[in-house]
Amino acid sequence: MSVNMKVNIAGVEWNNPVTVASGTFGSGAEYSDFVDLNKIGAVTTKGVANVPWPGNPTPRIAETYGGMINAIGLQNPGIDLFVKRDIPFLREYKDTKIIVNVCGKSTEDYCEVVERLASEDVDMLEINISCPNVKEGGIAFGQDPKAVEAITKEMKKRAKQPVIMKLSPNVTNIAEMAKAAEAGGADALSLINTLTGMKIDIHRRAFAVANKTGGLSGPAIKPVAVRMVYQVAQAVNVPIIGMGGIMCAEDAIEFMMAGANAVSIGTANFHNPNVTLEVIEGMKKFCEKNGVKDINELVGCVK
Amino acid sequence: MSEKVIKVVPVVKTEKVTEGVFSMWIKDKDLATAAKAGQFVSLYCNDGSQLLPRPISICEIDTKEETLRLVYRVVGKGTEEFSKMKAGDEIRVMGPLGNGFTLEGTEAILIGGGIGIPPMLQTAKSLHAQGVKVQVVLGYRDSDLFLKSEFEPYGSVIVSTEDGSVGTKGNVIDAIKANNVSGDVIMACGPMPMLRGIKAFAQENSIKAQISLEEKMACGIGACLACVCKSKDKDHHTNVNNKRICKDGPVFYAEEIEI
Repeated sequence: MSVNMKVNIAGVEWNNPVTVASGTFGSGAEYSDFVDLNKIGAVTTKGVANVPWPGNPTPRIAETYGGMINAIGLQNPGIDLFVKRDIPFLREYKDTKIIVNVCGKSTEDYCEVVERLASEDVDMLEINISCPNVKEGGIAFGQDPKAVEAITKEMKKRAKQPVIMKLSPNVTNIAEMAKAAEAGGADALSLINTLTGMKIDIHRRAFAVANKTGGLSGPAIKPVAVRMVYQVAQAVNVPIIGMGGIMCAEDAIEFMMAGANAVSIGTANFHNPNVTLEVIEGMKKFCEKNGVKDINELVGCVK
Repeated sequence: MSEKVIKVVPVVKTEKVTEGVFSMWIKDKDLATAAKAGQFVSLYCNDGSQLLPRPISICEIDTKEETLRLVYRVVGKGTEEFSKMKAGDEIRVMGPLGNGFTLEGTEAILIGGGIGIPPMLQTAKSLHAQGVKVQVVLGYRDSDLFLKSEFEPYGSVIVSTEDGSVGTKGNVIDAIKANNVSGDVIMACGPMPMLRGIKAFAQENSIKAQISLEEKMACGIGACLACVCKSKDKDHHTNVNNKRICKDGPVFYAEEIEI
């Protein structure tokens, strides 16, 4: 039985519903030793700002039970080098879509990057208004519905590509944020970013990451993410890219049944660099076994 | 094309080196052929609650037997799992990773401190094999001189101990000074205070120094930017004076980095 794995996210057709979570995959170059990037539905890049950012002091990560905490601090080369080096590299992979994750410290920063990307050959933009690890910008935009709507509008005014707003789980009511992004004109939503967490090294009597707090990711957060994807799917009509602790095909299917049109794999890349391809294969097998002719049939099938 | 591989490989032998320190030999032709002194591998745990690979330095490379020897200290649940493995078990590994030591000089001073000692063994072997005079300086806490005798076929070996029970009381620099060790290149791996001391010593004496760093890592291949160190020059990845220890290191010339 052949299964249709193609999905359409805000007018962009992906060959399958799997992308990678921003920050876990660089711009793909390092993983291309292990993964044929052409086989992934889309590559979502590490966040890129208007200028290079050095990121946070080390240690930047700590492992936790079934997860990890990171506070990289959005180290990135800035849009100039990114445009010159990373986009041409990714464009070589004709079958995969390019989603550029955009970060900033102010509305102007975001606007500058989005304007620069308007003339670039990339398929979608993901706006990171939910990074818990930078003091200014990032999450400051993502925890107030008015701010979410306002920045979404600014992005939409300037963007030539469909705009995905990436939502933070560190809010009381994520559906409210999702509605605000939709009201601002978002073409799609992605969720969830990491949950703010903390780990203390009891032997050193010190914080495990230098930033004190960091973003918790991995299978430990998956049930929270599935719940939030479900809540957002009930609240909005735009496509959803679901993520948070996906380790295997079954996890990805679960997100789709909760209402995600596509999924992102993040922390699992660290555990298994081949995981994206294994998830895609596993999703196809699940459909074959269960008589599902089109993967899109699964989206939101659990009400 | 990269020589890195990721695969499940057999464990052919395990051994307790000393309290809390273990040896594991894994067999794989690709790994053994590609590996160089000073590189490391990522070992993955079977326990799904431990997601991140453990970066472990390569202690010995046997191209004939197609094995790598990995020597590590048990510091948490992951390394504890490895320490319970037996010959015949299998383990998922990615490697070889990073850049090893540049085998150079005519009179090399090899310095290892604590669990930084294991990677210096292959380095000693490789340098000895190409005719470099090898002088090994090992820093220990006490008289538990693990691996020391294994260095002896490849050169002179002196030790320092923190408690003064064997060799020079103090650190590796104290031992170098007490024994008037001289050379034209230093290669070192060990704790950060030791590496800082070596960088200063090398500068004072105008000796070229290669030092191997460690940091908490996630991906192990240069993508996640967790394990950076401050570098003198702009790095080619981000252009911000941050070198990636896993990919650009773990071995750096001392003057390249700020520690």
